[in-house]
Amino acid sequence: MSKTMHDAGCADTPDDEMKQEVTESSRFKTWLAGTKDPYIGHVEIKRPEEEPVKEEIPIDERLKEKVQIREDVYAYSGEGFLSKYRILYRIAAVVFCLLLVATLLLTVSYMPKTGSATNPVNNEVPEKYIEEGLQDTGATNIVAGMILDYRAFDTLGESHVLFVATITVIILMRIDKKKKMAGDTDPETKEQAEINDRIYEPKNDAILQFAARFLVPLIMIFGIYVVLNGHLSPGGGFSGGAIIGAGLILYLNAFGFEKTERFFTEKTFKRISFVSLAFYALAKCYSFFMGANHLDNHIPKGIPGHILSGGLILPLNIAVGCVVACTMYAFYALFRKGGF
Amino acid sequence: MRDFVQNLPLFSIILCLLSGSGSSMLKGRTAKWVNTVGISLVGVMSMIVMLYCTEHGSFVYMMGHFPAPWGNEIRAGVLEGFMAMFFCIIMLLSMLGGRKKIDDEVESTKHNLYYILVDLLLCSLIALVYTNDFFTAYVFVEINTIAACGLIMIRQNGRTIEAAVRYLIMSQVGSGLFLVGICMLYDLTGHLLMSNIREAIAQIVANGTYSEPMLVSIALITVGLAIKSALFPFHSWLPDAYGYSNVSSAAILSSLVSKGYIFLLIKIMYRVVGFDVIINSKVLHVLFIFGLIAMVSGSVSAIHENDIRRMIAFSSVAQIGYIYMGLGMGTMAGVVASIFHILAHAATKSMLFISAIGLTDVSGGSRHFKDLTGAAYRNRIAGLGFAVGSLSMVGIPLFSGFVSKLLFMESAVELHWYKMLPALVVLGISTILNAVYFMKTVIRIYTPVGSLYDGKEGYEVRAWSRQKLYTVTIILFIIVNSVLGLCSGPIIDLIQDGLGMFT
Repeated sequence: MSKTMHDAGCADTPDDEMKQEVTESSRFKTWLAGTKDPYIGHVEIKRPEEEPVKEEIPIDERLKEKVQIREDVYAYSGEGFLSKYRILYRIAAVVFCLLLVATLLLTVSYMPKTGSATNPVNNEVPEKYIEEGLQDTGATNIVAGMILDYRAFDTLGESHVLFVATITVIILMRIDKKKKMAGDTDPETKEQAEINDRIYEPKNDAILQFAARFLVPLIMIFGIYVVLNGHLSPGGGFSGGAIIGAGLILYLNAFGFEKTERFFTEKTFKRISFVSLAFYALAKCYSFFMGANHLDNHIPKGIPGHILSGGLILPLNIAVGCVVACTMYAFYALFRKGGF
Repeated sequence: MRDFVQNLPLFSIILCLLSGSGSSMLKGRTAKWVNTVGISLVGVMSMIVMLYCTEHGSFVYMMGHFPAPWGNEIRAGVLEGFMAMFFCIIMLLSMLGGRKKIDDEVESTKHNLYYILVDLLLCSLIALVYTNDFFTAYVFVEINTIAACGLIMIRQNGRTIEAAVRYLIMSQVGSGLFLVGICMLYDLTGHLLMSNIREAIAQIVANGTYSEPMLVSIALITVGLAIKSALFPFHSWLPDAYGYSNVSSAAILSSLVSKGYIFLLIKIMYRVVGFDVIINSKVLHVLFIFGLIAMVSGSVSAIHENDIRRMIAFSSVAQIGYIYMGLGMGTMAGVVASIFHILAHAATKSMLFISAIGLTDVSGGSRHFKDLTGAAYRNRIAGLGFAVGSLSMVGIPLFSGFVSKLLFMESAVELHWYKMLPALVVLGISTILNAVYFMKTVIRIYTPVGSLYDGKEGYEVRAWSRQKLYTVTIILFIIVNSVLGLCSGPIIDLIQDGLGMFT
């Protein structure tokens, strides 16, 4: 958008639109004539503030500084031993990687042949999963039965991996409101972050908003469907949660943080992930305890194929889905703005 | 219906997970108490498990309604229970000793996040100790890695961020190799459960098929875990990570995180691959050689160091070398010595980190040797802790380090001459080098300075009454160390019993 066009558009709009009746054809004509900028009033872009011109340090001075850092900290141009060591190190690294690749490729050729019926992996374990999985777990989707019933402990750990990853990213990226320590060079508050977030990204993009209005509900419903049908058809908590998370991210991009924060803040994130993880841990603790002590499981398995079947698999899928969706959204929000 | 005690490993894992996810809802202060109570409870439960196992032997606990090869399983024996209890004690003491520093250095809005990480780290350690399933081990290794990364960078400055990135890269390489190894082993054996893999491997060895890929997968698993526990050529991330992070993080990382991986490796050696197979595979010779190099090179780097925290960190490299040398000996006695050294090093190194922070605090926050002169007079309890820790690391009788060195020597003399000679020589050299840098520091902190620092800010004398919790922690550390040093007999018996239960 050139500056002249921008100015012209601004000046013309009020007069023209007052006088004429706005019809589709008149709009088309103004657009064709190029008198009005269609972006005005629809797409807001905050112009980057003109940065105060810093006094340029002469280039040779800067270079000198760089060289000094390289020499002092990393001893790059070290005479003799160090520089030779550096070259040797790089060569050794390449040779080592090539050797590793060669070894692994060579090993693959010794491994059991893929798909052969006599392979060691075709033993009683998958046999039972396939033949008795439905009966044991009540889930028509064998994979769901495997990850949420047979080997639920691994999945319990896996969902906590997502949680701990989010916590680590929060530690690294979150900008705190109360951060007003003396001598702090980074006084950016949350409000400023919201404004600055829009510097290089269009806000209220009509096309994106229109598409999002149409797509987000569909994506959400599809995600929920994938989660809820996890025990019946391919899918489940992890994939469905990822779809829901993608929907949330699309909504955020189209409508901005202000709108999203009406229903999803860090508090919501904490609550949802705590409730889901605690439910998962307690439910599985119950089922592990009953199983290990050879007590009867009081959770009905239902009729296979029905939506309410599979015992704990359905609620666990929902819990995993919530955690995954929250994690995806949290990652996006943290990397984009440092908080949500 | 099984005995109720057998449920305790499950309960301790679930308790840690719940306190971790629950702490995200809590304020920093509450999370701190949840953390302290959680660690203590898990410690007590592990002790009960250990006592139960000494009477009734080891037991396998089915995680769910499906027995072994189909479902998950955890397994507890004397050694597992003891290790879990010991990890809890060291973690509790490290957290207590560094509590004031956590309050100071971590942003107040992120306190509860720190405790979440510690809770989940403890959970992963406990799970690594108890697991009987290879893939479960991998999942909890992941939790362990990510949580450790967060612990390093909780105190945010350039060096910790760089250290965390380095740690992440090296650790991911290790995890990747470990995962590739697990996949290969699964392809060869068709199982993920440790006991089943062992049977399958015995059959493979008897048949003579697939011997090449099996060797490669064993090597990948061993090297992966060695990278994660900072064996010699892979230790470049270590000094910055231990040297600049928060002191509790440093103590936990050096004494627990790397030890968790080593314990997993020992478990794999005994319970997955089988000790005879791994001896024949020659992988142990590689560990032996790198262990020897680490013992010398770590100590030499520590001597060059002028920064007390980084010096202690480099000393860790040498001590990890001791442990891998013991494993590399390929005898039962060597493994017993290694496990004892895991205990001794964990107890001593965390104490050294915690006392070093007391010394630097009364030296204007400086970590350089010349500012530390006479620091032991300004903070007597920290000086005492540091002196005891140094004596233990060097291997003076009464303290834990002596017993582990003695065990290493005893197991070394039973070897063939071509392994015995280097082991004994390097042990001697390394001990002298240890003495050089530790005694240098002890002499430095006990050098009287007269009135040189009088009235200077940051150099005032700190009485014990102003740091009660810290004093109690150091005294407890000294007690743990002395117990390991003086009552080593029962502990060694216990380790031997536990290893016997492994098979």
